[in-house]
Amino acid sequence: MQVDLTVNGVRHALDLDPRVTLLDALRHDLGLTGSKKGCDHGQCGACTVLVNGRRINACLALAVMHEGDEITTVEGLGEPGALHPLQAAFVTHDGFQCGYCTPGQVVSACGMLGEVREGWPSHVSVDLEGPVDLSDVEISERMSGNLCRCAAYTGINEAIREASAKSEAAE
Amino acid sequence: MRPFDYVRAEDTGSATEAARGGATFIAGGTNLLDLMKLEVMAPDRLVDITRLDLGAIERTEVGGLRIGALVTNADLAAHGTVRRNYPVLSRALLAGASGQLRNKATTGGNLLQRTRCHYFYDTSQSCNKREPGSGCAALGGINRIHAILGASEHCIATHPSDMAVALLALDAEVETETADGARRMRPLADLHRLPGDAPDRETVLADGELITAVVLPSAPRGHQAYRKARDRASYAFALVSLASVVAVENGRIARASLAFGGLAPKPWRDPEVEATLIGEVPSEELFDRAADVLLREAKGHGHNDFKIPLTRRVLKAALREAAGMEKPA
Ligand SMILES: Cc1cc2nc3c(=O)[nH]c(=O)nc-3n(C[C@H](O)[C@H](O)[C@H](O)COP(=O)(O)OP(=O)(O)OC[C@H]3O[C@@H](n4cnc5c(N)ncnc54)[C@H](O)[C@@H]3O)c2cc1C
Ligand code: SF4
Ligand code: FES
Ligand code: FES
Repeated sequence: MQVDLTVNGVRHALDLDPRVTLLDALRHDLGLTGSKKGCDHGQCGACTVLVNGRRINACLALAVMHEGDEITTVEGLGEPGALHPLQAAFVTHDGFQCGYCTPGQVVSACGMLGEVREGWPSHVSVDLEGPVDLSDVEISERMSGNLCRCAAYTGINEAIREASAKSEAAE
Repeated sequence: MRPFDYVRAEDTGSATEAARGGATFIAGGTNLLDLMKLEVMAPDRLVDITRLDLGAIERTEVGGLRIGALVTNADLAAHGTVRRNYPVLSRALLAGASGQLRNKATTGGNLLQRTRCHYFYDTSQSCNKREPGSGCAALGGINRIHAILGASEHCIATHPSDMAVALLALDAEVETETADGARRMRPLADLHRLPGDAPDRETVLADGELITAVVLPSAPRGHQAYRKARDRASYAFALVSLASVVAVENGRIARASLAFGGLAPKPWRDPEVEATLIGEVPSEELFDRAADVLLREAKGHGHNDFKIPLTRRVLKAALREAAGMEKPA
């Protein structure tokens, strides 16, 4: 099938079997191997990408269903030399060990901070309507869809907290 | 994954038309694609319904809320009216899955998601739901997550949804459109079937019948809460969950809508439990009596025996909270 995918602002015309997941299209057809395949079943978050600004698991999405959407992968957030504040904060705070989960963590954190800016509550928010106070418990709950086999969670949380505080200060 | 034809529907009529003859709708795909990768499901034809105009949340004329079938779980949980008037629904949604999954999962798909029974997922095992007549590996197997109510000797799987449990406590109705263009409304309580001797037939929907919306009545009075007992604090399915809407007025229980998850093949609500409570003065004895009624036919299968006392505790804790009572020492 002919499918037009817009990834990191660039449009690509692809010829894909309808079975191809968004994750496989990104990795195999477009060579964007930043998004990782961990479980391939929505259980680990390594494949997290943004679709129209919202984080999703690219492994549980068919590429053909995302024609016309704006897809952002970790490559689209920043590159060596021009890191996204979250990427830089992961480096500063040792937010990884083997690094396999890291692109998913970074992209997920980026989507998550957008949700916080929109005032979305989480399972651990005491008040559904109140302002979000991005405590450690809140970060852990909101990031629970991203597993880290190296258990770098302490550094991941610190990196996200710092990046969030910096972007608030910049506003 | 087995090959399939892919059709993108432009409106509800073309969706139901395309689905005539046994095609499968795909919305968020978070359950269907998971199952297709394992070849637990192998549809010949997928009808993509995500371009349909079913993404709105609107007030109804009678002060309720109409939730389009394509509203994502994330958007529904965050919607202002839901947070204010139906907090049990926000809470149930936020207690389910992960941020990524909730951004994709839809209202219709969540209702129709299939069981997480391990043997249903494993095509090398016998499973009456996946392959009618092949037996049920869970009966003599690891059945820790399985049902204690409403099951049959043919299947003891549970319905995994959190959202559906809250919707049931809120007296939701499900709006559908059939292949011949007819619109129907049914109470959510009537959507799912019990397994009996045909566990592969999970709902009363006809072939090609499309869920178009879920409709809530106006906000109920009383205290709303969602309790979920699970193996880890986040990103895990319920072992036992309870959506409750309980009003205590003049010292007596005036309303008690109690829907349970993790216990049965469908979101579970028992009118006799509610009748036991209504009109009574809250007390530990009363709550125990309600639990006795709820669990009168409960049957454990070995590994899931713990769900029986756990359910009692979850129920009593929710009722205490609603009545403003302390846990006895
Ligand atoms: C790792 C993981 C953890 C999860 N944890 C939880 C949890 O804790 N709690 C919880 O409740 N859920 C949980 N889920 C399940 C998740 O909520 C469901 O997968 C999701 O809600 C399904 O919605 P969907 O739109 O993606 O459905 P799809 O996968 O698109 O469809 C599911 C089924 O519904 C049918 N369908 C979809 N829309 C319609 C419609 N409008 N009309 C008729 N038929 C339709 C499809 O044909 C299919 O059979 C989890 C899932 C994963 C992968
Ligand atoms: S409990 Fe139901 S779904 Fe699980 S193996 Fe038995 S028949 Fe299959
Ligand atoms: S690879 Fe997609 S969630 Fe694990
Ligand atoms: S850094 Fe190794 S899996 Fe997270």
